[in-house]
Amino acid sequence: MLSPADLATLPFDDWINAFVRGWLVPNFRPWFRAAQVPISAVLFWLDSFFRMVPMLVTTAAFAAMAWKFAGRGMAIFTVLGFAFIDMIGLWNETMTSLAMVVTSVLFCAVIGIPAGILAAGSDRFWRIMRPVLDIMQTIPSFVYLVPIVMLFGVGTAPGIIATIVFALPPMVRLTNLGIRNVRSDLIEAAEAFGSTRWQMLRDLQLPLAMRTIMAGLNQTLMLALSMVVIAALIGGGGLGLVVNTGLGRLDVGGATAGGVGMVILAIVLDRITRGDLPKAGLWHGIARQDAGRFLSVAGAVPGPRSQKAG
Amino acid sequence: MQPKLSVQNLYKIFGDNADAALEMVRRGESKSAILSRTGATVGVQDAGFDIHEGEIFVVMGLSGSGKSTLVRMLNGLITPTSGQVMIDGEDIARADTATLRRIRREKIAMVFQHFALFPHWTIAENVAYGLKVRGMTAGARRARALEVLAQVGLEPWADSLPADLSGGMQQRVGLARGLAADPDILLMDEPFGALDPLIRRDMQTELLALQKTLKKTIVFITHDLNEALLLGNRIAIMKDGRIVQTGSAQTIVTAPADDYVAAFVADIDRGRVFTAGDVASEPTTIQLRSTSVREALRMMEQSGDRALYVLDGERVAGVVTYRDLAASELDGATPDTTIGKSMITDFPTANDDTQLHELYGPAGGGPPIAVTDGADRLLAVVEPHDVLTHLAGDAGEAAADDIAQETADAQPR
Repeated sequence: MLSPADLATLPFDDWINAFVRGWLVPNFRPWFRAAQVPISAVLFWLDSFFRMVPMLVTTAAFAAMAWKFAGRGMAIFTVLGFAFIDMIGLWNETMTSLAMVVTSVLFCAVIGIPAGILAAGSDRFWRIMRPVLDIMQTIPSFVYLVPIVMLFGVGTAPGIIATIVFALPPMVRLTNLGIRNVRSDLIEAAEAFGSTRWQMLRDLQLPLAMRTIMAGLNQTLMLALSMVVIAALIGGGGLGLVVNTGLGRLDVGGATAGGVGMVILAIVLDRITRGDLPKAGLWHGIARQDAGRFLSVAGAVPGPRSQKAG
Repeated sequence: MQPKLSVQNLYKIFGDNADAALEMVRRGESKSAILSRTGATVGVQDAGFDIHEGEIFVVMGLSGSGKSTLVRMLNGLITPTSGQVMIDGEDIARADTATLRRIRREKIAMVFQHFALFPHWTIAENVAYGLKVRGMTAGARRARALEVLAQVGLEPWADSLPADLSGGMQQRVGLARGLAADPDILLMDEPFGALDPLIRRDMQTELLALQKTLKKTIVFITHDLNEALLLGNRIAIMKDGRIVQTGSAQTIVTAPADDYVAAFVADIDRGRVFTAGDVASEPTTIQLRSTSVREALRMMEQSGDRALYVLDGERVAGVVTYRDLAASELDGATPDTTIGKSMITDFPTANDDTQLHELYGPAGGGPPIAVTDGADRLLAVVEPHDVLTHLAGDAGEAAADDIAQETADAQPR
């Protein structure tokens, strides 16, 4: 049977090797190393902060946020869940994971929201962004772990970079979607009164897209949590390390303890950032103009990733 | 007087091949031919008009006639393909972004069909939007917003959200937002189109009442001819992107430019378009004290009038009919008997701007209706016969462009 491989074979893997090892790593390694400095710094501060603050204070703060954004039941769950984590001896690991997740989400927001705004303003930019986001979301994360290690080395910061690659797309997509969904007659009205683009963004587009942007943030957060274990493969610490160690030693108990810690953390963070507690007033108006609900993440695990945005 | 807003040879072509399409439009080819040949859609073609300060200029047309495109070119929301839009000597069609922004902030505001209120802001914040954009401080903005809200009767709702208000109230907010920045020109894009009929009627009345004090230059878009006739000092009727006729309500109704306009006008309520002044004729009058019955009868026989108005000095005293006078003469009136005895004193009256539909009742009663001014002076009379003729539209055939001329020429029978 004739197949294209009889005519020619492509050494695709060799090309990639040559590109990454032969060109990218030798030429740009210092550059990449420098790029991770802000990430390392933020991570270091957050990690130190979360581990320094007494457990009871942190728990109280999270319980208060849960009460405000998700109701009393969630506040009780937060208290019990965090107490459980502390009692199974994983408090510090959980705080490290929290620091990693918060750092990732922070950088995702800093990159993703402006990118989403640009994409909403320019169809051409969005056409370029879409396949890039598709690739970022679908490519198995193990594939880019190796080049990341080559370029950035091992450690928690490279783990966070891998997490950003994985968790960024929903932030961009939903920011873009939220802004594009702002009613066109409102945009026209703002224009008719002589607003500048910046005024329109500040007064109209961002506030009205906020609910959708928050949904993107929530999804990004969930994806970042799910990367904690994988990031541990290249030296990230925290709960991921506990799970990996358990896996390596066939220690069912250890792995499960780490897993349960992550699930509790995920549930608390998810409910706090969903902000779907019915509210009167301001949210009402915004909810009215929203085309629909974009929150589909049900539970602690990331929802279907095929969510189409725009 | 220099027009406030002057539009000349304005074209808008949607699509990539605008230049070729523009050429074809200018050669007079049809919209469908242009669409099939170049793929471009003609939005507005060769629009031209002048709007004077303080005037309500209504652009009327069905959906797809290009009226919304036209009004959006007046403030540059849509950039014209060709032509000019002059506001106070500045050409909007060629203005750069900064100029356009300045003109929109200072001179020209807009009210939208679906209100376009910002749902996340309170009513007062919505009203103050134009001021915020200009950079006014929060305190000054709020004060001005409350002032304008009071004008439209919505002050108590200043801190509500738009979603809490009914459609009519929301559009008042839209109007207040337009007025807040005190623009010279107000563009209103079918502002009452989304309201139910009773509310619409209220809003029309309110707009007219507001306009009496504000005296803004208003460009009002509508698809409702009755609304156009009620509000417009002048009306432009659009069809397929072209203005087919511009004129006063009376001109449009009495002298439609083509079959399209005529078909529109056919079923409007003429009783609300024409006023007593439009159908009135020169009165023949006699003096109460100095005219005898016999003289009055002779005058009527000569002129063919059925009735004469009687003046007491300057003021109207009453009306006498031929029948009553003839009867009184048969009763044995002497040649020098004055007419006071057979005079009807509860005669029907109207003002110059009384609408015809209010005269249906009096017109059925017999004597002509006296058109008087505030001081009971007789300006003209309306023959019942003329009211009906005008309603039937027969007067239209005889009418020239100028109604006043027409009515002046029509001698009493």
